[in-house]
Amino acid sequence: MNDFTALLALASIALFVFGLKRLSRVRTARTGNALMAAGMLLAIVLTLIEMGLVDYRWIAIGLLVGAAIGYLTVARAQATEMPEIVARFNGFGGASSALVAISLFWAVVVETPGDGTAASALGTASAATLVLSVLIGSVTLAGSILAELKLRGTIDGTPSIPARGPVMGLVALASLVAGFVAVFGVEDPALSSVLVLVLVAGSIVMSLALVLPIGGADMPVVISLLNSMSGLAAAATGFALNNALLIIAGTIVGASGLILTQIMCVAMNRSLVNVLIGGFSGGDAEHGEYGTVIAADPESTAMVLEAAQSVIIVPGYGLAAARAQNAAYALAQALQRQGAQVRFAIHPVAGRMPGHMNVVLAEAEVPYDMLEEMSEINADFAETDVVIVVGANDVVNPAARNEPNSPIAGMPILDAGNARRVFIIKRSLSPGYAGIKNPLFEQDNAAMLYGDAKDVLEHLTNELSANA
Amino acid sequence: MGPLLISLYLFVLAAFLGFELIHKVPPTLHTPLMSGANAMSGITVVGALTLVGVAALSTSVVLGVLALILATINVVGGFLVTDRMLSTFGGRK
Repeated sequence: MNDFTALLALASIALFVFGLKRLSRVRTARTGNALMAAGMLLAIVLTLIEMGLVDYRWIAIGLLVGAAIGYLTVARAQATEMPEIVARFNGFGGASSALVAISLFWAVVVETPGDGTAASALGTASAATLVLSVLIGSVTLAGSILAELKLRGTIDGTPSIPARGPVMGLVALASLVAGFVAVFGVEDPALSSVLVLVLVAGSIVMSLALVLPIGGADMPVVISLLNSMSGLAAAATGFALNNALLIIAGTIVGASGLILTQIMCVAMNRSLVNVLIGGFSGGDAEHGEYGTVIAADPESTAMVLEAAQSVIIVPGYGLAAARAQNAAYALAQALQRQGAQVRFAIHPVAGRMPGHMNVVLAEAEVPYDMLEEMSEINADFAETDVVIVVGANDVVNPAARNEPNSPIAGMPILDAGNARRVFIIKRSLSPGYAGIKNPLFEQDNAAMLYGDAKDVLEHLTNELSANA
Repeated sequence: MGPLLISLYLFVLAAFLGFELIHKVPPTLHTPLMSGANAMSGITVVGALTLVGVAALSTSVVLGVLALILATINVVGGFLVTDRMLSTFGGRK
């Protein structure tokens, strides 16, 4: 790297660091993201300058195809599937790091025959980190795909894998041994490339064993952890290519991603170990049948709402899934017109990802000052006339507070049950993501409004407007 | 000091920087922050670039082009999706 491109690389890293810092504050978040994007553009430009005049056909094709797919994926995505999109992109990042490492291996071992082992061509450190890059990158890819499928509900359930820890350890060890033998011990291109494929396959098996037993409710934490790993994969690739920019940027993502994972665990009052063991999977004992559950209809509910002075709406994933954010805001406005105070209570992990509800409600242009975070609003429930729970379940489950043996014990919840009346809009009594029963539904002050969230909310709004 | 040692210095210092950079993030920003950091991990795009500046198409170049496409999707899509999430937080100071 010459002095000029080295200075550009330094500027690029400064943009990354400054941008990431700003991205972690509400007011400056959007400019932070733009600064990071500028840093990335600079990194690409300086790399092209440094490469000098080369053949640009594959470079142009790669950049154009990638940019087009990236743009179209985001442009076509529904607001509700942002978490799935993030998971997918994350897998692509990991896959890319692994592919760069495999490509490097292929170029020096398979396509340059008679040149000794990969280690003798690349150097010990490059060869060793190349193996790590393939391992971490493959784990990130397989884990992210699985996480996306779990978020979509394509794969559900939390199968328990016997002796999961030891199995994962052994598979990881075997994969690493195969990888190191491939780059250090074997000169035969055919044999060493088979060993690299064993490394990839082993990494994928390990990833499945890691993610499969973890419940869908914990996927945000898993994705955050995989995000940290994709950073480490990039850093390992940086070691293999001896590229400072890759090492620094990748390591910053790896470290800050780990901290973010930790912060998310704290928001759910869980430990990372607890999440990885599959804490939400032990729901069998809690699958109890419901006792007396009161069902309400929109007409009678609207009459209760007409008399309400204060209303809190608790949105959950069901609201996002039914695309009911506009209907929810319309109901809130109808209630405001009759003089009631209306607020939305946002649980930090409501939906499929932290902040998911903020994204969805902001899309319906719900004013920010109507949204209250859990810590700000929890004491107010006892003073509230009516709470409407829209497609949320686990985040209002009192079992987290009252039943020490519950799989979600200790998770902070919204105290919706303390309000005078609670209406729960839900398609059925089926359990939420944690797979457990919700005693709130059996409370005397609670009533179920069965149906699609959007339909029920629109029905309520119509009833209110008709009677006004 | 050899190049490996310099790389190791960079790695350790960058790790400290990363650990100290983020703390007390409001829950609202957890998803956008994760998404933005994820886009940044697409930095591997520069590694892919260095592998595909040739005309001939060999297996290693095909792998490199695939890596370049995936990394570019991660970068472009990642920053766009983050911006889209943040843009919907409208009306906020």
